Amino acid sequence: MTRVRAIFWRVVALAILSAGAYSTWVRFTQGLGASTNLSDEYPWGLWIGFDILCGVGLAAGGFAITSAVYILHLEKLRPLVRPTVLTAFLGYLLVICGLLFDLGRPWNIWRAVVWWNPRSVMFEVAWCVMLYTTVLALEFSPVLFERLRWERALKVVKIIVVPLVGLGFILSTLHQSSLGSLYLILPTKLHPLWYSPLLPVLFWISAVAAGLAMVIFESGMSARAFGRALEFHLLQGVAKVMVLFLGLFLMVRLFDLGARGVLGTAFTGSYEMAMFWVETALLAVPMVLAAFRKIRANPQALFACSVMAVGGFLVNRLNVAVTGLEASAGGRYVPSWMEVSITLSLVVVGLAAFRYAAQYLPVFHSLKSEEVKEELPTQVYAQP
Amino acid sequence: MRALLFDTTRCVGCGSCMVACRESNGLPETDAPDLTENQFTVLKTVPGNDGDVTYRRLCMHCQDPTCASVCPVGALKKTPNGPVVYEPEICLGCRYCIQACPFGVPRYEWSSLAPRVRKCTFCADRLAAGKINACAEACPTGATQAGEREELLKEARARLAAEPEKYVQKIYGEHDAGGTSVLMLSSVPFTQLGLPDNLPAEPLPLLTFRVLSKIPTLAGAGSCVLAGLWWLTNRKAEVAKAEGRAPRKGERR
Repeated sequence: MTRVRAIFWRVVALAILSAGAYSTWVRFTQGLGASTNLSDEYPWGLWIGFDILCGVGLAAGGFAITSAVYILHLEKLRPLVRPTVLTAFLGYLLVICGLLFDLGRPWNIWRAVVWWNPRSVMFEVAWCVMLYTTVLALEFSPVLFERLRWERALKVVKIIVVPLVGLGFILSTLHQSSLGSLYLILPTKLHPLWYSPLLPVLFWISAVAAGLAMVIFESGMSARAFGRALEFHLLQGVAKVMVLFLGLFLMVRLFDLGARGVLGTAFTGSYEMAMFWVETALLAVPMVLAAFRKIRANPQALFACSVMAVGGFLVNRLNVAVTGLEASAGGRYVPSWMEVSITLSLVVVGLAAFRYAAQYLPVFHSLKSEEVKEELPTQVYAQP
Repeated sequence: MRALLFDTTRCVGCGSCMVACRESNGLPETDAPDLTENQFTVLKTVPGNDGDVTYRRLCMHCQDPTCASVCPVGALKKTPNGPVVYEPEICLGCRYCIQACPFGVPRYEWSSLAPRVRKCTFCADRLAAGKINACAEACPTGATQAGEREELLKEARARLAAEPEKYVQKIYGEHDAGGTSVLMLSSVPFTQLGLPDNLPAEPLPLLTFRVLSKIPTLAGAGSCVLAGLWWLTNRKAEVAKAEGRAPRKGERR
């Protein structure tokens, strides 16, 4: 049975990658017009909304967990560091890949290093992503050095790791929030349900919530796929903080809608209203459920909560990037199948890279003997 | 600062401006009904009180342009004498300018493999050569006039005062989005001309700059707080170790 399932997923992955390869060829030989449904009315579509906004946000677990362990000395969370840093690192690499598809002149991507426009939010995001990807590479490097037995390199990273994590926190806070600031300049275009002066704050809070949800989601997936997972009691702790951030997000959102006097818009029966409630429900339900100890203690229920929270986060970002702009742009944007296939291909590449890294590198366990004792899972995820 | 003044009450819809624009910019002929990557200005009509009203669409050349402020590499720039110009060589093609323009003006070469952002150049090259904008030069009725912005504003105010019944009492572009180098007078509400009436009087770039300008403070204060938290939690663990007691929940083992 498991064998049949493994073959099934392999066939699906192969189909997605073949479609993605064809779309890549069309994108780079015939241009954005031939491969996407983007237009002058919808200059940003799925690739910005999903690959960039969601990709960066879902990788926020990286800075949240490393800061908890290295800055706040929450040593018991140490086993979470490597899997989340790996996720974040792969996430950012895929974001950069996605960007190369989306940029009209990708060969100019380096120019933001030389040509500066400090008034541009995009400029700031570009610099932060560039620097933070470097930070993530360094944070992930011990895994590789351990495998290669490069003792001296390991020592160097160990010396700089605390300031590095601090830098990662600052850079992440800046660009996670700035992805929201990108939309501050569209006061007349973005729907009032999503346009808010608090966009940067909301983006930061929801990114932390989604990043933590991803830690739970991933551990569940790893357990299902190759029987490697994190200690379950740690995930329960992560879930508590996730509930906190989901609650904070919904509270700030409610306060913001009320203060701007647009709460009524949420009950007008429009398309935007429907999407707003899908987003809110997907974030509120896991917050309420995971607030109960009994539900947190059930691996399947907690996994379901993490799936909903990640889903709610994705809907929120796509609402800002697409739904909220449809009324002012006129008409509707639906991504082309080629856009979808490239996005799915990036997801498949990410999942496969995570799988192989977890299999061949010391991600879920350390090769150092003294740490192994601490990190042996006492209670692995229950197999479905 | 140079500017253009367009007045719907003087426009007869002859299309001379469109032809002059096309020739001056070396653009191919097109019968597209709106701005395109190869049509930098276009005449459109809406029904008015007595007969159709013809109006022009073109880049407004904002005083503090949103497009220029959002460009990560500064490929779009406001030049001192008015034109907002674009340099394709350094453009990444992120299209934030197209997304951000409050007037929905910039167009993109979607079918090109080296796409450029396309819009009216305010005839920057002609201005540099001491000539006036091609569209204003070609206009037979004076519906489009070129001049110094202050002079044109005076002229527009005079027209509004002289024939108040003919006009909506507003010079579009005097303050909208912080002011523009293309000014409009109209006999019908400006929203019918596709010009938003809800733009703030302050430039839109301030909306993002206010947040961006907090970054140095945020980064500085954030670093101090992080260092403090690190020291505090580290000290707690050290004290626990020195006292030889088991660390409490969450402390370093």
